[in-house]
Amino acid sequence: MEFRLGAKSDSFREEVRTFLRDHVPADMVERAHDTGTNHDWRVHRALGEQGWIAASWPEEYGGQGRDPFEMTAMRDELRLAGVPTDGLGQSVIVARTIRAVGTEEQKQRFLPPFLKGEIIFALGYTEPDSGSDVAAAKTRAVRDGDGWVIEGQKMFTTLAHEAAYVFLLTRTNPDVPKHRGLTMFLVPLDAPGVEIHPVHTMGGERTNATFYSGVRVPDALRVGEVDGGWDVMTVALTFERGGFALSEADRVWQQTVDWAEGTRRPDGTRVIDDPLVRERLANMRINDEVARLLALRCSYVAATGAMPGVEGSMHKLFYAEAMTADAAELVDMLGVDGVVAHGELDAPVDGWVEHLYRHAAVTTIYGGTSEVQRDIIASRGLGLPRSRR
Amino acid sequence: MDLSLSDEQEQLVEAFRAFLAKESPPSLVRDAEARGGFDRDLWDAAGALGGPGMGVDPGAGGAGAGLLDLELVAERFGAALAPVPVVEAWVSARVLADAGAAGSTLLEQVLAERPLVATLALHAARDGVARLVPAGAVAPVVIGLDDDDLVAVDDPTPEPHAVHNLGGAPVADRSLRAGARAVLAQGEDARARHQRAVDEWRVLTAGVLVGLAGAALELGVEYAKQRHQFGVPIGSFQALAHRLADVATAVDGAQLLAREAAWAADEGEPDAVALARMAFLFAARTAQDTTAAALHVHGGYGFTLEYDVQLYLRRAKAWPLALGDPRRGALELADVLFGPAEGA
Repeated sequence: MEFRLGAKSDSFREEVRTFLRDHVPADMVERAHDTGTNHDWRVHRALGEQGWIAASWPEEYGGQGRDPFEMTAMRDELRLAGVPTDGLGQSVIVARTIRAVGTEEQKQRFLPPFLKGEIIFALGYTEPDSGSDVAAAKTRAVRDGDGWVIEGQKMFTTLAHEAAYVFLLTRTNPDVPKHRGLTMFLVPLDAPGVEIHPVHTMGGERTNATFYSGVRVPDALRVGEVDGGWDVMTVALTFERGGFALSEADRVWQQTVDWAEGTRRPDGTRVIDDPLVRERLANMRINDEVARLLALRCSYVAATGAMPGVEGSMHKLFYAEAMTADAAELVDMLGVDGVVAHGELDAPVDGWVEHLYRHAAVTTIYGGTSEVQRDIIASRGLGLPRSRR
Repeated sequence: MDLSLSDEQEQLVEAFRAFLAKESPPSLVRDAEARGGFDRDLWDAAGALGGPGMGVDPGAGGAGAGLLDLELVAERFGAALAPVPVVEAWVSARVLADAGAAGSTLLEQVLAERPLVATLALHAARDGVARLVPAGAVAPVVIGLDDDDLVAVDDPTPEPHAVHNLGGAPVADRSLRAGARAVLAQGEDARARHQRAVDEWRVLTAGVLVGLAGAALELGVEYAKQRHQFGVPIGSFQALAHRLADVATAVDGAQLLAREAAWAADEGEPDAVALARMAFLFAARTAQDTTAAALHVHGGYGFTLEYDVQLYLRRAKAWPLALGDPRRGALELADVLFGPAEGA
């Protein structure tokens, strides 16, 4: 056994750290906080110029052939620098799916600008009436001559206001079982008939509702077979769950420790000397380490050439649930001041604990709810009979 | 990075798994508990496969295994609930070997063909008496802190009062001033050596608890597949399946953390002590949650003595308590992470 990432990762980490020191704009974190848009084109394009948008891809596909441990190091550094990576994360899922199942023409058209950091993709799965039951999508795509006409509505189309295309799950055949009548498209978000309405969230993040009314798309923008959309989704969802989403918890933990060590109470004692503070921060450190190890295991599985399945679900479930519980503990720990938001001069830990608390709730929902992950762990991991829902 | 075991480690784990499946079935665990929580024959047989000297340097007569190897084997002992104090014996032997000449006579007996049972008092003695020492009811040799001294006492006829207890373990109060008494170290050095031994005990006990939790999880999962209610296997109910999924996730996390802590200690990583404390606390919490979930799945049957799952639940709670209140344990982790509290 060996728990260090290794020399190759260490040197790449150093490279990424130096790069971020030079390329992270001073207002990046504040701007993401104020706009709720967790994507920064300046950093994203700079990553593109560096060849780091999909650094793990083979060189012939425009990547650098970085191994899963180098990618772990890179994700660590992006997180520690506070880089908003929603755009990067969701675009990589779409691009990998195009690479896996797209036509040659689609690869030529979409992948180069993606790799340069010039375009990002939005995910168009969820609808007002279908979230976890994603295959129940009702947005219709109907044949019209050489192309298709799309009618419907999507919910939580995060970054649709910045993305060039939405990866849209549509129903092309309503007369067959729900998984059999779906088709995927890449729909330009500036096409006539597309409307994007902002949806603001408790966590401060901005997402969108998107509306599609008589939107015409050529058949060349269909990804996968007609009525074969579920196969494409299966590929995309595996990439999503194997993506080892970033947890903000350890960054806020470190900020809180620094604050507690440097802050004195009116009676002159340091915050960090309070046993109630020490106990909570110690317990939270344990959860962060377990989450980190469960993520590392995904990288390890990927490095052996396999796709993390149950391992990805375990990581997603654990970090989201632990972070939600820990954020609540941290707010309690700050007492009456725990409610003070970022931007107020006297906010403890600059308000990032209050922010984490508001944000954490969504982590148990997006990317497959905790219940979906538990279903996967129970049936595929433990071999329990498929659950009665 | 590599999370796989070496071929040698795979063989080691398999050897102990097979040995314990044969020699430490639940019936033996039950018999041993009725007799005080220790099985002499199992102890002797385990000694033949790899006894207290497993983790001692070859130069001092041991087999030279690192903490990681010991942790892997500890998982197997935990899974079998084996009624032998291997963790205490391994750690004690390492303390004796490290102490050089002062510990050499006892070390010889501990490494003998029929090894003497040695154990570690986890808390400093009060007025010469160490409270509820793990394996204290069956170990002639006890190592512990008595005021400023780290001592090893060899008391062949201790006649300790074995305390009937939640974990069915042979715990007892022991005097550190009775029998033959060797001073292994003094002052700061004594405290540092004792602390190091306790942290090794934490890592290896984390391994025991991980194995215990994993075995209890299997019992729960198997029962959930077989037991039918309302015409279907109860494992198909989400309320039940999801609880098992949660603890399965925790068991995997606890195993990774225990192994990382053992690896870090072997490698002399700067955060090894913090990891040891983290691994112990998380494994203890996980073992408690997992055995509770597994017992609950069994419904009323799980509560009866006839079913094995209760053996796991009691030990999961009792064994880690040898180190005291886990919330105090979190504060001891905080001392490593943030330094001692000012004015404390």
